[in-house]
Amino acid sequence: MLEIKNLHVKLEEEDKQILKGVDLTVEAGKVHAIMGPNGSGKSTLSYVLSGRDGYEVTEGEASLEGEDLLDLDAEERAAAGLFLAFQYPVEIPGVGNMTFLRTAVNAQRKARGEEEMSATEFLKVVRAKAKTLKIDADMLKRPVNVGFSGGEKKRNEILQMAMLEPKMCILDETDSGLDVDAMKLVSEGVNALRDAGRSFLVITHYQRLLDHIKPDVVHIMANGRIVKSGGPELALEVEHNGYADILAEIA
Amino acid sequence: MAVSQRKLDATEARLSAMALPEGGAWLTEARETALARVRDMGLPARRDEYWKYTRPDTLVDAAATTAAVFDHGEAPVFGDIDRLKIVFVDGVFDPAQSDALDGENLTIERLADIGAADIHWAKDLYGALEAKGQSPVERPLAALNTAFATDGIVIRATGKVARPVSLIYQHVSESSDVVLHHIIKMEEGADLTLLENGPAAARFNKVMEIDVADGAGFHHVRAQGRDHERRAITHMFGRLGKESTFKSFTLTVNGVMTRNECVLELTGDDAIAHVAGAALGDGDFHHDDTVFITHDAVNCESRQVYKKVLRNGATGVFQGKILVQPGAQKTDGYQISQALLLDDDSQFYAKPELEIYADDVACSHGSTTGAIDEEGLFYLRARGVPKDIATDLMTLAFLAEAVAEIESDELSEEISSRLEGWLIRRRQA
Ligand SMILES: Nc1ncnc2c1ncn2[C@@H]1O[C@H](COP(=O)(O)OP(=O)(O)O)[C@@H](O)[C@H]1O
Ligand SMILES: [Mg+2]
Repeated sequence: MLEIKNLHVKLEEEDKQILKGVDLTVEAGKVHAIMGPNGSGKSTLSYVLSGRDGYEVTEGEASLEGEDLLDLDAEERAAAGLFLAFQYPVEIPGVGNMTFLRTAVNAQRKARGEEEMSATEFLKVVRAKAKTLKIDADMLKRPVNVGFSGGEKKRNEILQMAMLEPKMCILDETDSGLDVDAMKLVSEGVNALRDAGRSFLVITHYQRLLDHIKPDVVHIMANGRIVKSGGPELALEVEHNGYADILAEIA
Repeated sequence: MAVSQRKLDATEARLSAMALPEGGAWLTEARETALARVRDMGLPARRDEYWKYTRPDTLVDAAATTAAVFDHGEAPVFGDIDRLKIVFVDGVFDPAQSDALDGENLTIERLADIGAADIHWAKDLYGALEAKGQSPVERPLAALNTAFATDGIVIRATGKVARPVSLIYQHVSESSDVVLHHIIKMEEGADLTLLENGPAAARFNKVMEIDVADGAGFHHVRAQGRDHERRAITHMFGRLGKESTFKSFTLTVNGVMTRNECVLELTGDDAIAHVAGAALGDGDFHHDDTVFITHDAVNCESRQVYKKVLRNGATGVFQGKILVQPGAQKTDGYQISQALLLDDDSQFYAKPELEIYADDVACSHGSTTGAIDEEGLFYLRARGVPKDIATDLMTLAFLAEAVAEIESDELSEEISSRLEGWLIRRRQA
């Protein structure tokens, strides 16, 4: 599904190398987790994959189902099936959440040559999905993320994911700022989307989220590289011993 | 202040190209008095402080620059709204396209007709608010208008008027140079919605004087037409009585030169004035909102909300003032002017001013100039919304705060859908 080879990324504005050769393959239907200390480059990886400005790929490649991602605009990547649940969802004053969702769904459909969703059909689908995430009508009406609590923002991300039905979902610290109930809600939302044709890359600090969203593979990222990969037990090891042992081991 | 010879010459050049319209005794007198005001002040010139950001040349020149008529092939704004239509073609009233000039709680006449009527309420209003509005800042082009207006509409509302009165300005001739003057008298407790739309002429000088008596409500929504080359100088002079309401919104899309002046005086306690504007300029576009609100009574509220979206070298200007006179306690004055610059070539000049002579007031003002929010843009694109659509969505969102000032949902939806439609069409062009 997602294939990243030897990816090197620096900031466009300054001479700062952030990713220093990332290799990662996520197979269809699988859940991979990335853990790692703050500043190791996890968010940068998610941004570079989703096409944010400000980064320069100096070496390496990334593809989605064989299609070169790095050549595409952000909106083309989204239409190709890539989705990033933001670590910090952006507030957009003045743009209604519903308008935003409908515009996004139909823009993707149009880009893929599919028929657009009618207003009534859209409303029906969005209401049903919002309900399972405990997103009320008021939240749907309000401007995108404006005045939303941390947990509401994250649930809103999952709602977008549910509506857009991407193939490759990257979740960047979706668990941060969530209480136990919200975490459960979000995890259920994610698990409901698990499917043989859909893959997940779950970036997190904590084992906690991985209790709910069970990963097939866990990677440890440090200093711009994947330094260790293993099964779910790797997350438990981090939980118990922190990163120090792992980092020492590979040094 | 002595008027410079250069200014005098320019003023006489313009005046010599015009003739005072024929009219009845009192109207002729009002015109002659206004003409004397023009000669006293001289027409605006490039060095005038009040015209620092807008070049008055093309509004003052003896001859109007021609302007191509833009055939946009769209249904007219407010087309689906039940209203009383009054049509001016290149500044000439067109009875054939207009509805009958009457309605419940309403009398409507033409300026061209009332001069002959010796006893007429309009006598006390025509040119009066304009003359008063010449101080403390001069507005010579408004006096010029009072002197030379060939026609206009004279409205008196005596109660709630159910259907909006809709002034429709059609621009037909490339060289039309039109001067219209409307006067509106809102009697105690009356309520009226006035709509205006259309480009009117190659060059349009319009004055509207509105006297809003105690407890009356005046609502105004205007769309200035889409002709690219048209020029306009408009003035709105309003007096607000006790517990009266004055709300005005203007949408401007295109137009090489527009200056809209709004001069309001809150003279009765507990009056409310809200004025707002949304402007969308692309390329050869200069748009100037000049607002002057005087609080001269207790516990009044005024709001100014102006938003401009500028691209490809378009220019926006905002000059807004709140003047709180001695004794105008409990004044609540608010002013915001914001520009969204979609590129580095476009410019916005803002001159917000507060002048306060009372001690128990709450006045605030703010002005911002900024580019589109890159974070928001990326967020939209990351969800699959193409860059141009994302930009338009954010543009609409930016303007929404000004559009929200329109009280009627029907009218604010009309304006929003127009804006949206124009953005879509431009995207597809
Ligand atoms: N736009 C940026 N400007 C400056 N430094 C950046 C920027 N983006 C990322 N970095 C730096 O790159 C490193 C990796 O950051 P990030 O990808 O956010 O890490 P993580 O998500 O793993 O905590 C950090 O040192 C961070 O300061
Ligand atoms: Mg991060």
